[in-house]
Amino acid sequence: MPFDPETLRHEFPILATEVNGRPLVYLDNAATTHNPRRVIDASSHYYEALNSNIHRGTHHLARAATEAHEKARETVAAHLNAASPDEVIFTAGTTDGVNLVANCLTPSLAEGDEILISTLEHHSNIVPWQMLAERTGATLKVIPCHDDGTLDQAAFSELISTRTKVLALTWVSNAFGTVSPVVEMTQSAKAVGAQVLIDAAQAVPHMSIDVQALGADFLVFSGHKIYAPTGIGILWGRREALESLPPWRGGGEMIKEVSFEKTTYNDLPFKFEAGTPNIEGGIALAAAIDFVNELGMDDIRAHEDALIREAAERLSAIDGIHLYGPDDRAGALSFKLEGVHHYDLGTLIDQMGVAVRTGHHCCQPLMARFGITGTTRASFAAYNTHADVEALATAVSKAAMMLR
Amino acid sequence: MSIAAKQQEVLDELALFQDWQERYEYVISLGKRLAEMDDSLKTEDRLIKGCQSQVWLEANVDGDTIHYQADSDSVITKGMIALFIRVLDGEPIDDILTADLSFIDKTGLKEHLAPTRANALNLMATQIKQRALEFSKR
Repeated sequence: MPFDPETLRHEFPILATEVNGRPLVYLDNAATTHNPRRVIDASSHYYEALNSNIHRGTHHLARAATEAHEKARETVAAHLNAASPDEVIFTAGTTDGVNLVANCLTPSLAEGDEILISTLEHHSNIVPWQMLAERTGATLKVIPCHDDGTLDQAAFSELISTRTKVLALTWVSNAFGTVSPVVEMTQSAKAVGAQVLIDAAQAVPHMSIDVQALGADFLVFSGHKIYAPTGIGILWGRREALESLPPWRGGGEMIKEVSFEKTTYNDLPFKFEAGTPNIEGGIALAAAIDFVNELGMDDIRAHEDALIREAAERLSAIDGIHLYGPDDRAGALSFKLEGVHHYDLGTLIDQMGVAVRTGHHCCQPLMARFGITGTTRASFAAYNTHADVEALATAVSKAAMMLR
Repeated sequence: MSIAAKQQEVLDELALFQDWQERYEYVISLGKRLAEMDDSLKTEDRLIKGCQSQVWLEANVDGDTIHYQADSDSVITKGMIALFIRVLDGEPIDDILTADLSFIDKTGLKEHLAPTRANALNLMATQIKQRALEFSKR
């Protein structure tokens, strides 16, 4: 049975916020989602009952914290259908995960090699690869997109070659909600021997992920896009892919033995987890994953899809509106009002209690592709309702009248 | 009228508006009424860096006084900068340099702005004075 978003809302304390005396309408979920009570409780419980440094302590709390931390890793591994929890690395977030992989791939690349990304990428899946290209002399190539915000597959087929050493691709565009055919594109990249990293930051909140079926080498995401706190994220990597990488950050936890002459490194996953990790964040992320699984990923997606379709329909009725992205968006709906600066629109509808994001969404090359400086983006989560869509459409209509 | 008197006039006018919506409508109308800047003046060196919307500022010296012109792709930003221009345009360089531009804090507009946008207002004020300072050194 599909869940009831009205009941669900009560689990999110922050949704009771008022703005200018009006109830908050939160449609900025692609930037960050809110935490349900049980996730907040998991964070508090950690500090109230478990707080201790993990792995090395022999005392009661250290054992309890270690157990909870490793249990969280197992929860994430099961959610991603990873072959083993050892393939799950705790990071600070998506950006951290991309940087880890891009840095560790440095010895694998040389002049003449190519790194392939797409026009839809967030800056966090562009800049680390540009930096890798600069370090190694490799060339960065970009898959273009069509006017509807989907990737040009014919151009992709032309671009991918034996020179391609890395394909780094966003599964779901944070700016337009475009869902890219990552399984097929991964297959093409694996066929030419490239390593594949999937940025799943915007996919994880909206769909089930099966990394074994996906066939990529690496997948990264952030906790705060899936009802967990900020500062925690995941890098999943296929065991062989992770083992082939050199360690990146040095420090405690990631070592087996240290002497001043030589250090030997720890096994997966600890090889990539130098220093004390965000223990509480990992535990809270596991609670958030349990939460979405109880709701059911398919039901969440169906609910959000219905809201996005309704929002697209309602907004289309406004004079001079332009919607970006294909019809089957996931999570986000980007639009522009003719003759109105997105910043002005965002400012006015904020005054009406509607929280959206305006600007380039950390996708300046994508904005440049469409000849714009930014859009207004409404993005949805499980707790959004038809009333939120109604409030958005009303606020945008009113702002349009005020601004034009 | 002195800069201080003009500032008070702006504050008195804004006090007539009851709520945020009326105040914004007023600022938007100021933005729409501000003379458009010729596209040839919208150059990189006239852009105020650090604003989320594009703001161009042009200053010309006329004897001891300065004339300001500004434009923005955001009509709200344009309305805000129109407030500055109304208060400072045609005033003597020395008066502009010593003017207290914090009157904008008393308009009640800033509290409705995102921090980035409120910061943009400060950048505009700084740039307006910066231009005056450049002229005073010549």
